Amino acid sequence: MIAVYFILFLALLGIVYFALIGHRTDVGKINTALNGISFLATVWLAVTVLKHGTLLSENKAFLIDSFNVYLIVLTAFVGMTTSIFSAPYMAHENAIGRLNDQRLRLYYSMYQGFMLAMYLVLTTNNMGVMWVAMEGATLATVLLVSLYRTPEAIEAAWKYFILCGVGIAQALFGTVLLYYAAVQINGIDNALLWTVLYEHADKLNPHILELAFVFLLIGYGTKMGLVPLHNWLPDAHSEGPTPMSAVLSGLLLNDALYAVVRNKMLVDGATHAPTASYLMMGFGMLTFLTAALLLHRQKDIKRLFSYSSIEHMGMMTFAFGIGGSLATFAGLLHMTVHSLTKSAIFVTVGHASQLAGTQKMEQIRGLIKTQPVIGWGLLIGTVAIAGFPPFGVFTSEFLVLMATMHSYPWLTLPLLLGIGVAFAGLFRHIQPIVYGNKPEGQEPIKANLWPVLIHLALVLWLGLAIPSFLADWFSQATLLISGEKLL
Amino acid sequence: MNWLIAILQTALLVGLSPLLAGWLKRCKCFLQNRQPPSVFQPYRDLLKLTRKQPVLSHDASWLFHFAPYMVLSATVLAASVVPFIAVDLPTSATADVIVLVGFFAFARFFLTLAGLDVGTAFGGMGASREVTISSLAEPAMLMAVFTLTMTASTTNLAFAIDHVLQAGLVLRPSFLFALFALLLVAVAETGRVPVDNPATHLELTMIHEAMILEYSGRHLALIEWASQLKLMLYGVLIANLFFPWGIAQSLSLNALGFGLFAILLKLAVLTLILAFAETAVAKMRLFRVQEYLGFAYLLALLGMLSHIVLEVLL
Amino acid sequence: MNAQHLDFYMQTILSMAALVAFTSFLMLGQGRLLRLIFVFAIQGLLLTLTTGLAAYSLDNPHLYISAVLTLLLKVLFIPAMLRREVLKMAMHRDVEALKNKTLIMLSGASLMIFSYYILHPIVQTSNAVMINALAVGLSVVLLGMLLMISHRQAIAHVVGFMSIENGLFFAAIVATHGMPMVVELGVAFDVLVAAILFGIFFLHIRTSIDSLDVDLMNRLHEVEK
Repeated sequence: MIAVYFILFLALLGIVYFALIGHRTDVGKINTALNGISFLATVWLAVTVLKHGTLLSENKAFLIDSFNVYLIVLTAFVGMTTSIFSAPYMAHENAIGRLNDQRLRLYYSMYQGFMLAMYLVLTTNNMGVMWVAMEGATLATVLLVSLYRTPEAIEAAWKYFILCGVGIAQALFGTVLLYYAAVQINGIDNALLWTVLYEHADKLNPHILELAFVFLLIGYGTKMGLVPLHNWLPDAHSEGPTPMSAVLSGLLLNDALYAVVRNKMLVDGATHAPTASYLMMGFGMLTFLTAALLLHRQKDIKRLFSYSSIEHMGMMTFAFGIGGSLATFAGLLHMTVHSLTKSAIFVTVGHASQLAGTQKMEQIRGLIKTQPVIGWGLLIGTVAIAGFPPFGVFTSEFLVLMATMHSYPWLTLPLLLGIGVAFAGLFRHIQPIVYGNKPEGQEPIKANLWPVLIHLALVLWLGLAIPSFLADWFSQATLLISGEKLL
Repeated sequence: MNWLIAILQTALLVGLSPLLAGWLKRCKCFLQNRQPPSVFQPYRDLLKLTRKQPVLSHDASWLFHFAPYMVLSATVLAASVVPFIAVDLPTSATADVIVLVGFFAFARFFLTLAGLDVGTAFGGMGASREVTISSLAEPAMLMAVFTLTMTASTTNLAFAIDHVLQAGLVLRPSFLFALFALLLVAVAETGRVPVDNPATHLELTMIHEAMILEYSGRHLALIEWASQLKLMLYGVLIANLFFPWGIAQSLSLNALGFGLFAILLKLAVLTLILAFAETAVAKMRLFRVQEYLGFAYLLALLGMLSHIVLEVLL
Repeated sequence: MNAQHLDFYMQTILSMAALVAFTSFLMLGQGRLLRLIFVFAIQGLLLTLTTGLAAYSLDNPHLYISAVLTLLLKVLFIPAMLRREVLKMAMHRDVEALKNKTLIMLSGASLMIFSYYILHPIVQTSNAVMINALAVGLSVVLLGMLLMISHRQAIAHVVGFMSIENGLFFAAIVATHGMPMVVELGVAFDVLVAAILFGIFFLHIRTSIDSLDVDLMNRLHEVEK
């Protein structure tokens, strides 16, 4: 449990520290170091949880079970690797004059602020605090989206702020309803704690809970980019600095999904009806298909991949909506591999656009010839995210398909169709970018592609063989979420 | 005995109405840093006007002579049905809201006819404006009053007041809305700022004054008196419907005296509020009056709705 | 249910609910920014009174803290900040021409009916006053959204945003007697940070498009041209 306090404290320290001296040259390294230490702490935490089972802090403020501990490790990992990438990237932005020292300070401070909010969302045992932290994540990142101060960036940030703020307000209403249902049970204390709520799940009024879930899904769904509440997402991703896009896609979306799944567990326990599942499946499928189609109409490379994020979030929502052990396992795996792959892609995309000096795909050409590392990184990342074997995304998508075929066979067809459409949408844009001739006047830049390599290697590993400790871990989480054992 | 008290009450209402006008003027003067006339000035004005010979236009018909008497008597009749200091009076059998509104409409009808009768431009203009405004104000007023009467399940004012008294202090959202609506309507109906300004004869903005521009002498006195009485009646209506505490429920001398004291106090406070509002608010353009009255209607409607939704339905 | 059988606390809550909903409607039809901000402050004040009353009658001291927080944030700080912004931009004389006011008001009324409708299934389970409060809270939330849709000024959007918070807060106070202290403090902190961020944003928007009309922010499209 100390590890939890430790990582929260570390992030808090980071906010203050960077706010004061975040413009120094070595600050990127310090940021990496902080995130690295956090990552080690979370690994330690994970080992403890795997050994001893669910942890609950003494004041009941924090709850660590096998579901969130894996997300905590993932968060810390992606946070760390992205910070490795962000150090030279931000230094470059500073050097070419896109950012001044003051904004650099803001960036590093808010990076830690965002990490703090993410850790808090995952570790807290109080669903009210979870809401507060989720809103905090928006507040921390909103100024980062507008970091470049271009009219587009400000528009994107405003959209992000307003849409997410209004959306998340719905989640608070859902929380209030849930709390309302909980306080009606006699003799209940601390009725917002997950542990208490799960204990009394069957006594909660199912009508109120169904209603509450609708609001919670809309609220956290906005954060997740569910269609039709996704408008902010491509804008915020494309206009902010690239490391921010990487963590938004890799972490924020996951955490919002985490919140929805936690609530679904509760609602399922109370209603014993598939309403929540149907809602999630419907929204998931709609999101998946819409985003797959919209992939074709993009011209900005970061927007392209943010639509791909929306598409994958749709699929995960769908998978968790199906419920059952297989689909839940697939959803968890997909969350992992998508986070890893997508943040790797954003890292390469960031380098590619720095190289070309633009995010317009028409002007990024012949990457393999200009700087082979970036070109191959982007190509392999795209292959992985599109769901090619032998990468992990293939495995998880395959499992989702299996689960769908098993439970709702007629939904397999749109799912397959969507995967195909998304695949075509990605490749028609990426193919000319990586192949072709080197354009005039583009020189290789100093790039740190270790994060990409590590992420893609992990995804490949997960695609070839899931290590047994990870499989155990996932099946524990699956048992927790779906109430069934997988194997 | 009961009848005597009823007649006495009406006489008191009629007799005190110029005093209320004087008090209002005093409050306004005080707020606007002016030297106030005596509170009895309206009496003197009325007296002065009755002594003067009325000047009549050549085109004036019998209707023109006749109207001031009709207006005042209709208003006095209205005064007779409004519970002033006591509720259990023989007149309470007729103390119906719809009757009250009818009396007001009756008086207004004659006033507008008289305005049209002499054929001057101002008279016609004033009459048309008056009718426009009242056609918008009346639904709002009825809606507000109906909200109250629905709670009491009667349209009889005396019974409604009884009901409110018996229920004790109950805070109802519907009453709040109805009160606001009725205040707005009262301002419009009695021709006060911001709808009309009784103190000016500016041709663009006149409504009530334009109608009675041709009147002089004792005719004018009657009409002035009637409009003062109308102001008083609205004040009494609002005070007694929403804050009936203190009104005499028995006919003992003590109770009546206390009732009189209570209503005078309430009227004084209401008038003070009116004076504040008239000082703080500017007169609005004529074409915005419909928005104002629409708002009053909306409030009254909300009162009705919140009565149904918040207090009865669930 | 009849109002006179309720205790005084419930009666007041009902009246407050009605007034809060009413202020939301007033904001909806308001084209002048200063008045909009004023009505918003009134709504905050009503909320403070409700919270104070709840704290008093339920003898719940932590609600006093939220009442004070509400007073400071929603009645004083945010309106003052917005007011300053309006005066700085010299927008206090502008009247925003609302497109089709009647339609907006009617949709507002329908939203209110809608919120009663969706909360109706839980009527059986609880006290009618609670349902009213929840329904009013929800309709304030929805009306806040409608306000944001129908107005074009960024300041009106902020008012809408904050009034959504008001609606949530009202529902939380009345139906559940306030959330746990840590959550309330967290929410208040978020609102404060959001308010400051909005202030920063006004500056940025103004420098980038020289206006606070959000319709001018139209550079980003879902399908790129």
